[in-house]
Amino acid sequence: MSDKFLQNVLYIDLAKRLFWVENRRDLFEKYIGGVGVATQLLLEECPKNIDPFDPENPIIFAVGPLTCVYPLASKTVAMFKSPHTGNLGESHAGGRSAIAIRSAGYGAIVIKGASETPIYLSIHENKVYFRDASILWGVRSTFTVGRIIREVEPGAGVRTIMRIGRAGENLVTYASVITETYRHFGRLGLGAVFGSKKLKAILVSGKHSISIADKKLYRELYDEIYDAAVKSPLMRKYHDLGTPANILPLNELGALPTKNLKQSKFEYAENISGESLAERYLGRRIACSNCPVACIHLAALREPYVDEPYFYKTTWVSYDYEPLFAVGSMLGGSDVTGLLKLLDEIDTEGLDAMSTGVALAWATEAMEKGIITKNETLGLELKWGDYETYREAVKKIVNQPNEFYKALAKGAEYASSIYGGKEFALTFGGNEMPGYHTGPAAYVGFLTGARHSHLDSAGYSYDQKAFKAQETLTPQKIVDHLVKEESWRQILASLVVCFFARNIYKPEIVVKTLKTMGYELTIEELNKLGKEILKAKYEFKFREGFDPNKLRIPKRILETPTPHGKLTEEQIKRAVNLYFERLKED
Amino acid sequence: MAKRLAVVDTERCVGCQMCMLACARRYGAGGLGKSAIHVKSAGGVERGFVVIVCRACPDPPCAKVCPTQAIIPRKNGGVIVKLNKCIGCRLCAEVCMIGAVLWDEETNKPRICIYCGYCANYCPHGVLKFQEIGEDS
Repeated sequence: MSDKFLQNVLYIDLAKRLFWVENRRDLFEKYIGGVGVATQLLLEECPKNIDPFDPENPIIFAVGPLTCVYPLASKTVAMFKSPHTGNLGESHAGGRSAIAIRSAGYGAIVIKGASETPIYLSIHENKVYFRDASILWGVRSTFTVGRIIREVEPGAGVRTIMRIGRAGENLVTYASVITETYRHFGRLGLGAVFGSKKLKAILVSGKHSISIADKKLYRELYDEIYDAAVKSPLMRKYHDLGTPANILPLNELGALPTKNLKQSKFEYAENISGESLAERYLGRRIACSNCPVACIHLAALREPYVDEPYFYKTTWVSYDYEPLFAVGSMLGGSDVTGLLKLLDEIDTEGLDAMSTGVALAWATEAMEKGIITKNETLGLELKWGDYETYREAVKKIVNQPNEFYKALAKGAEYASSIYGGKEFALTFGGNEMPGYHTGPAAYVGFLTGARHSHLDSAGYSYDQKAFKAQETLTPQKIVDHLVKEESWRQILASLVVCFFARNIYKPEIVVKTLKTMGYELTIEELNKLGKEILKAKYEFKFREGFDPNKLRIPKRILETPTPHGKLTEEQIKRAVNLYFERLKED
Repeated sequence: MAKRLAVVDTERCVGCQMCMLACARRYGAGGLGKSAIHVKSAGGVERGFVVIVCRACPDPPCAKVCPTQAIIPRKNGGVIVKLNKCIGCRLCAEVCMIGAVLWDEETNKPRICIYCGYCANYCPHGVLKFQEIGEDS
């Protein structure tokens, strides 16, 4: 390793209000960084079988040797025990988080203990301040929280400001942590873990330089990667329309989950398409630090005030494929203004948009079927596409005024275990589904992926490729592909590079980039390490009680045909079993 | 004529900071600490970005206040910095009202653009241009 800072791990104890730095060269040498190192820290720091809201649940952030150094190495990996699934929690986000952590002089940050009173952490290189956050606790909007901290702290341009909303404070198990206003550590409830520690926000800033082992090779390699990034059609797609470019193709394919997956085609897909949003609403594109692509798309939503003529407000709403699926097609909404206002409400409160949408889709169908009534919803009539009511429901999920909303604040899996309707509660391993009804590989991936995310092994992409090639997917083929893909992604997430750049960071390129940072690893060694990191994640999962035999397959996914036809439970189960057999092998 | 780096349209800036990284990389370093160009949000990323770099002004105040003549005005605009003469007093940084005298905390010396144009090669969105002084500035 060429850089002396990467091996520094900053430990912070919120209860004792102490911090210290430990040299963990052992971890960074062996596991590179990012998810490889964070998994080991999680195994070390998280006591067995604790409640995710126990003060001892650690929050771990990790970056890697490529952070700050190569294009698209822009992501931070967060790990923790998830309050949403009760097991492995892992979430990645960009913004300026990764660059700030590494420039502050750290490869990882471990936060332990809980504060008695609300605080926020202000980390400026080797100084950590425990700042009072009593004034910020309970503030209605995460946007306001960001604005306040921005004004009172130094480091503009070289800092990250991670914060939670009231959803995190109120321990909604799918609360997210928001960074640089429009990026999220989403999914598995990191926001609620922050909330349980009375930790409102973390600011990190720094200006440390990073030493490069081979400067000449570095500049050459940098140019190669940079050119590939700015010239590749895939990167162009993410820049032009962003991830919502996928709405129309997936709908065309019959793979866009609609109205709680009663359908896989959405009659109003055109309204929520990347093309339509770009034409009607796109107001600005922004980038994560160290990424030329700028895939972050902000809609400028101009609305009149009703009480005064010619009085308007403009709200900026970030939109991506997954939120558009979850609160768009999944909730059967054709009114894009309403949809954007709901997304804005979700971000204001600091919820995960995907889990919120899928949980509301379950609740809407449950109401349709009479499983729940206005007694439970406190008078709200949840109907497909009725965004005003959905906005009210989101506030109630955060405020949790009765037992029903307390249950919904724990997600669709939990709510359906109380009220029924499990067969149409679209959760996998306890996590709400992403927007891909593409075929068997997607679902096997949601079930077996270490964090039950489409990003673990990208089965949805394999389904689509196979469909185009008119290839039949056997459990054997699916598992071969998923294990290989998930293993390799552990390497990408240890460097840490954005998964959008996976076609640029091929094994040969990764070997060379690591060489410039003083790592001598071969492709075979990297492949082996990827599998080892994946196994370490599963070591944690099994330790915390994960049981593949208890994985639930919601009936709904078997009823609605996919591009690969109707799926069978047997076919999915066989592949899942095979995956865990394969995982044990070397 | 002399060349300088021009910020031709900040509205096109996406805040990727590739220019900052390029500037540091020219010196063989990773990270942002050695950069002589700075990009920050204009009060929240939704409002866009501010790009700060030496505009090669014709009568540079930073050179006037330097007590050790470490900063010398360049013919036709801008400055030349002699780091070996610099005592790190920060007067140059204080007097530059656009904030274009950036600071290398690790060496305690200023970082001022040397008008090499390297960063402009890495601006994918047409914000920066390396051009003759006087050309639509």
